[in-house]
Formats: sequence, structure tokens, C-alpha cells
Amino acid sequence: MTDAITASGLVKRYGDVVALAGVDLSVPSGTVLGLLGPNGAGKTTVVRILSTLLRPDRGSATVAGVDVLADPREVRRRIGLSGQYAAVDEYLTGFENLQMIGRLYHLGRPRARERARELLAAFRLEDAADRPARTYSGGMRRRLDLAGALVANPPVLFLDEPTTGLDPRSRIEMWEVIQNLVKAGTTLLLTTQYLEEADVLADTIVVIDHGRVIARGTADELKAQVGGERLEVTVSDGDRLADAVDVLAPVAAGEASTEPHRRAMTLPVVGGASALVDALRRLDAAGIEVDDVGLRRPTLDDVFLTLTGRPAEDADDQEVA
Amino acid sequence: MRVPSVLADADVVARRNITKIKRVPDLLVFTTLQPIMFVLLFSYVFGGAIGSALGSGSGAGEAYREFLMAGIFAQTVIFGATITGSALAEDVKKGIIDRFRSLPMAPSAVLAGRTLSDVVNNVIVLVVMSLTGLAVGWRIRSGFVDAVIGYVVLLAFAYAVSWIMAWVGMLVRSPEVFNNASFIVIFPLTFIAITFVPLDTLPAPLQRFAEWNPVSSVTQAAREQFGNVIPGTPEPAAWPLQNPVLYTLLWAVVILAVFIPLANLQYRRSTSR
Repeated sequence: MTDAITASGLVKRYGDVVALAGVDLSVPSGTVLGLLGPNGAGKTTVVRILSTLLRPDRGSATVAGVDVLADPREVRRRIGLSGQYAAVDEYLTGFENLQMIGRLYHLGRPRARERARELLAAFRLEDAADRPARTYSGGMRRRLDLAGALVANPPVLFLDEPTTGLDPRSRIEMWEVIQNLVKAGTTLLLTTQYLEEADVLADTIVVIDHGRVIARGTADELKAQVGGERLEVTVSDGDRLADAVDVLAPVAAGEASTEPHRRAMTLPVVGGASALVDALRRLDAAGIEVDDVGLRRPTLDDVFLTLTGRPAEDADDQEVA
Repeated sequence: MRVPSVLADADVVARRNITKIKRVPDLLVFTTLQPIMFVLLFSYVFGGAIGSALGSGSGAGEAYREFLMAGIFAQTVIFGATITGSALAEDVKKGIIDRFRSLPMAPSAVLAGRTLSDVVNNVIVLVVMSLTGLAVGWRIRSGFVDAVIGYVVLLAFAYAVSWIMAWVGMLVRSPEVFNNASFIVIFPLTFIAITFVPLDTLPAPLQRFAEWNPVSSVTQAAREQFGNVIPGTPEPAAWPLQNPVLYTLLWAVVILAVFIPLANLQYRRSTSR
């Protein structure tokens, strides 16, 4: 599989502030890369460089096989960009916004009109097509902005925090839209500070912090770095907690920890659901009643905490350009 | 980049801007209401006092209104040109410029389209102002061709000023900051000139400034082309006011030569944050 996006050694400074300190990336065609990091990590700077809005101080990049620095204009023909804020013209209608973008992609007037209608239908904006965009809800604006990025059917798409500021329902709608695009074969680079979003949408995740890549891999690989699955058991009778630890010792892949005041224990396991079934059989055989039992996988929050020593939401740095 | 493609892209951008004039008429209403207010206040409040200074004796107020209109035209189109800057600052802030910059369009088309649509805006404003002038007794006393040249000089100068505003607007990236800053510069420029008062009523140092101020020359050009020079007014001593059309157009050319490249450079650098 060829890489639709490559970047190597990207460096960008603003005075003394180092926004990017040497970032390498590659995104195979037809896959989704989630660029995950807190505010100020440099996610937006990466997107701006790859989408030709910003020149790096050092490093090189290609998008859809075209050198970003040598031929930015050719890159622009092959990409779609949707930013953090919906960059739609508030005074134009949804239709006019998309038609304008189509004409600036030089689709020609009839094709630009046709494409605008197609996208409005695909993004469930038909009813609002002839209303000025300032009357749209936040979710509708984002959909219109994303539609704008898709006018020319670009093979490579950049979405910079596509759901920041959306309510949960609009966020899930947006995820569905993005998942459908990816099914159609678009290569996507997505930035997000929501771990859940990267988990749902991305094939590969690159975690960046302070302008450096601190981890990369699939969501499962990253979670495995933190440790495997954990079995959480809450027993009905607190006096039998110690018994439960003994009974489950053969199932455990490591040291169990207990929280007596919650009558709960956590033990690392391997084998997922079969370990869960095995554990339940053993507890039943020993006559230990349980209130609750569950298999918990580490979340990307755990990953972030492990990698950076702080939760993702705690970063208070200001995003640099 | 092929020229037809730049023009086609600029046309798309200009149409977008003109749509905004239609959808938000308040903007146009306020850019015209202010000069209308100036016409009325100046003619009826200062008309008597300044009109006598024009030395026409009886009918001082009428003479002043005749004198005033060219100054109001000049001030109005210069203020109209500031729309270029505040609109671009707004577009930068809202990420619209980022969107344009990520498209395979001609980069120069965004600014070309913007400045062109602001000429359309100024044409509309000039029509409204001319009608207001007619209502208070102002008349074009020259020929048709002279009058057309007068309007063209006003629009050409404003077009050049638009490019200064384009550069500043993208530099400050905030419409509020831009509006305050441009007001502070443009107000003195349009007042220390022969827009509202005759040159010889100014203190000597300000007279020198006013003689070379292109706002004076554009005003003088309009005044002459519309045939509104009050009879008996002494011939201006300074070269710019003796050759106002030439001097104004020279300014316009120099401004365009400097600020078109500067503004385009700034456009390629500008990002929303």
C-alpha cells in the first residue's frame, strides 16, 4: 500500500516557541490517522503544513504523491480541509457556499451547482439549502464546512478537530458521516483531543505532545503499552474478598489489587471473554456470590496518562498557530 | 497562472462579497447615513460661518453646500475603502481566508475580488450621496465628460486606498482593532485638507500639509470636474492643487505599486491565529 501522506522531520518555530520539534508521519492510502494530543501539542500546525497553509522551517512532506513545499498548488487540487471552526460564509446560503467553493475548484458553473446539490443531500442539509448559513446550528455548520472540503472529491482529507464544540448528538452524527467517507476510500488525517474519537475513527493513532511524537500505533497497541485487560469483581460479602483473590489466582496474569471498602478486586487477565467466563465458573464453584463483574480495557486516557504523566485534559498550553 | 482564471476566481469572490451587501443592507445604510448626516450638519450648522469665509457675500449657505459636496464625496469614498480592511480582517478571523488558501484558486483573486466589490459598494454610495447633494441644492455645473472624470478620479483614489486597507486588515486580523485604527488615521487625513474648509482658513503648518495631502487633491479634482469652484476663489498656489487630477492619479499609482504586492504577500502569510 502506498502512503497518501508522508512527513519527515517537520520543524516549526514561532520566535522562542517550538511548535513542532521534528515530526514524522506516514498515512497509507485509504486509512485514517488520528493525531491525538492536548491543546498546544502542535496538531493544528501539522495540518496547516500538510495543507500548504504554512511552510515548515525544516523538513519535508508529500500529500497524494505531490511535494507540499515544491508544488503547493497541485497539492491543493487533491486535498480537502475542514478546520476547527466552521469556515462557512454566514451570509451566503448553504447552496451558495458550496457552489462558490466548486467554482473556485474550477468545476465549471453547471457542475459546481450540481455538486452543491449532491452534497447538501448527502449531508441532510437540503431543507436548509437556501437559508443563510448564519441561521444554521453548530452541527449543521460543521456539516456544511465538511461538505465544502469534499466538493472536489479529494483523495486526501484533513479534518482539524472536526467535533470540537459540538453537542454529543451532533458529534455522533459527525462520526457517522466521517466513517462513511472513509468507507468510500478517502485517506483521512484527523486531529482530535478526544481520546474516544481517535479510538472510534482512526486506524492508527499518533500521540503528540509539545511538538514531538510520543507514541504511535493502533488503539489496541497503545492500550497494550499500558497493560492488558483487567477483570473487575465486586463480591456480595466483603468477608469473602480474600477467598475470591485465592480462587481467581489461576486466572490472573499478574498481581491482584483489592479495595476492601468497595468489596472490589481488580486483576490483570489475558484472553478477554474466556478469562471472564473462567473466572465466573471458579467463583460459582467456590460459592462466592458476586454483585458485579466486568472486563475493563485500558482507555486512551490511561495511555495518555502513562505516556505524558498527566491527563490529556490537563494541558493548559495555548495552541500555537 | 492564466489571467482568465484569475479574473474568473476574482469574479466568484466579488459576487460573494456583493451578496453580503444585499443580505446585510445595514452595512450600506450606515456607510451612507454618516455622510448624509455630515452633509446636513455641515451645510446647515457651519454653512453660514464658513460660507462667508468663501467670500461670496449673500447666499453664504448655498455657496458652502456647493463647496462642501466634493469634500464629502472624497471623505465618503475613503471611508468606503476601509470596508476592504475590516471585511478581510473578519474573513481572516473566521477562517474563510484559510479555506480560500487551501483551494487551488488564484491566490491574488481573493484580494482582487474584495477590492473590486468595494468599488461597487462605493459606486452605490456615490449615487446616494449625489442624490442627497441634489436635494440640498448642489448641482453639477460642468459637462457630462468632466463629471464622469470627477467620479472616476474619486473611485480610482478610493480603489488605491482599498489596497492599503487590505494590507492593514490582514496584518491586524481583528475587525474591531482595524476599525478603531483606521478611524484614528483617516479622520485627521480627511479633516486637515480642503474637504470642509477653504485652505486659507487653516494655520500655516496645516496649510502646507493640506496642500500636499492627496485627500485635498482628490477633493479639488472633484470640485473642479463638477464645476463647483466658487467664483472669486484665489487660484491655489501649490502644484498638487493646480494639477489635482494628475497629482491624485499619481498617488493612486504609487499606492497600488506598493500595496498590491504587500497585501498579496500578507495574504499568503495570513492565518487565522
